[in-house]
Amino acid sequence: MAALREVSLALEPGEIVAVLGANGSGKSTLVRMTNGLLGADSGSITVDGIDTRDQARTRDVRELVGVVFQHPDDQIVATSVEDDIAFGPENLGLPRDEIRRRVDQAIESVGLGGLERREPHLLSGGQKQRLAIAGALAMRPRYVVMDEPTSMLDPEGRSEVLALIGSLRAAGHGVLLVTHDLAEAALADHALVLSKGETVFEGRVEELFGATHDLPAWGLELPPIAVIARTLADSGVPLNLTDLRPAALAEALCR
Amino acid sequence: MSLRLTDISYTYAADTDYAEAALRGVSLDVAPGELVLVLGATGSGKSTLLRIAAGLMEPRSGSATIDDDPLDRASARGAVGLVFQDAESQLFADTLIDDVAFGPKNLGMDAVSAQAAASEALEAVGLAPAVFGTRSPFSLSGGEARRAAIAGVLAMRPRYLLADEPTAGLDAGGRRLLKSLILHTRERAGVVVVSHTAEEFLGEADRVLVLSAGTTHWYGQASDVVADPDVLVGAGLVAPDVLEVQRLARQAGLSIDGFVLDPDRAGRRLAEAGGWL
Repeated sequence: MAALREVSLALEPGEIVAVLGANGSGKSTLVRMTNGLLGADSGSITVDGIDTRDQARTRDVRELVGVVFQHPDDQIVATSVEDDIAFGPENLGLPRDEIRRRVDQAIESVGLGGLERREPHLLSGGQKQRLAIAGALAMRPRYVVMDEPTSMLDPEGRSEVLALIGSLRAAGHGVLLVTHDLAEAALADHALVLSKGETVFEGRVEELFGATHDLPAWGLELPPIAVIARTLADSGVPLNLTDLRPAALAEALCR
Repeated sequence: MSLRLTDISYTYAADTDYAEAALRGVSLDVAPGELVLVLGATGSGKSTLLRIAAGLMEPRSGSATIDDDPLDRASARGAVGLVFQDAESQLFADTLIDDVAFGPKNLGMDAVSAQAAASEALEAVGLAPAVFGTRSPFSLSGGEARRAAIAGVLAMRPRYLLADEPTAGLDAGGRRLLKSLILHTRERAGVVVVSHTAEEFLGEADRVLVLSAGTTHWYGQASDVVADPDVLVGAGLVAPDVLEVQRLARQAGLSIDGFVLDPDRAGRRLAEAGGWL
């Protein structure tokens, strides 16, 4: 069974690339290839020039590419927030003060200050996912790959994590954001849509939002709010089609 | 016939310094053929309510009955099916058919009848037993696994089905299948769906219970929530996007006569109200 066929993708530091697709489109296979967990049958995957097939460089690749999965609970290993974040750097055998520095910085980056000693299972869903991201950041990756990081979260947790993704870009990380939610893709610079393992769209996010008529054919659903946005745009309301917040639509209507 | 909770309260770690009231004076009732949507933010008491409705915990005060009998573990057994959030993580057997037959067997059904009940349930969730029955539950996609877990509950033929965030984490296609499965189940059972968002089931629900900090913030007809989504906003919840844009447009001065959930209609009405049509 071919999970991916001739897919190409580039991610630069300081940008967000969204990968969209229905279940079974090949998104998760792609995620596992980004840090060498899976190899490709053909074609090549390089991270800053390192071929992920080069087993002597596996550790370098894993340090450059942090991966965050859908279920935060699956990624938490320790009994306190700070121990959990320290787990990766400890495995690298780093000196204690360097570990401390990385843990403190990661906690600061994800906004979990004050919760250092908290048991992870007492955190909210959004806090747990931010903890998982902090664990990835403590490895000082240049790229962060996230596989549907918000799909198990409540609305509050979701907006916390989306805000964090924006700040990772601002801090110079390249972020690969895998999602099936069009509204979430609005955060990205570029987008790639996969359908049955093949690339059916590649381009700037603005172009994707202009191509919403094609979404059903790709197995993606136009969110109800995007249906409204399209009707309004067709009626002549001057809209920024990538901003699907209800407040933005209401404002454009009343202008 | 109904599953009825009347004025129930529950306090965790009662009689200790850590006592924390999770529910205070909450009522809920659902009859076969009905869908009740329970909404609330994280920590509002949704999960406690669900455990009580499933007969897993007894309320400290108030009454809980199922078809007029007291609700407890024994009376709920087989009669109330509970689908946990992330239900697919509870699949365990070597083959899907064995996994789904586990519940009925556990209720004392003989092997042949349990297999038949399992086949029927797999059919009902859209996983043809001839194709999926012998597969490992771990070979399924996320959406398939979620439906398989629900089949395990439906195989016990419960009169009431309680589902915690049944569509969380699924893509559009998976959500659509899950939704039609829930609506199909309503034809012969009473269904309670618990969620932190009204986005998914508001249009189909009969009644809505909105919980806030363990108390009833609002309980009434789903159509009244559509007419006045402010009841959600007051409980720290977000109105579905389609309603929220209409609510905000009206707040900003547009004259909108009643809200609608259908996005096509909502879009046209908004364009019209704004003078663009």
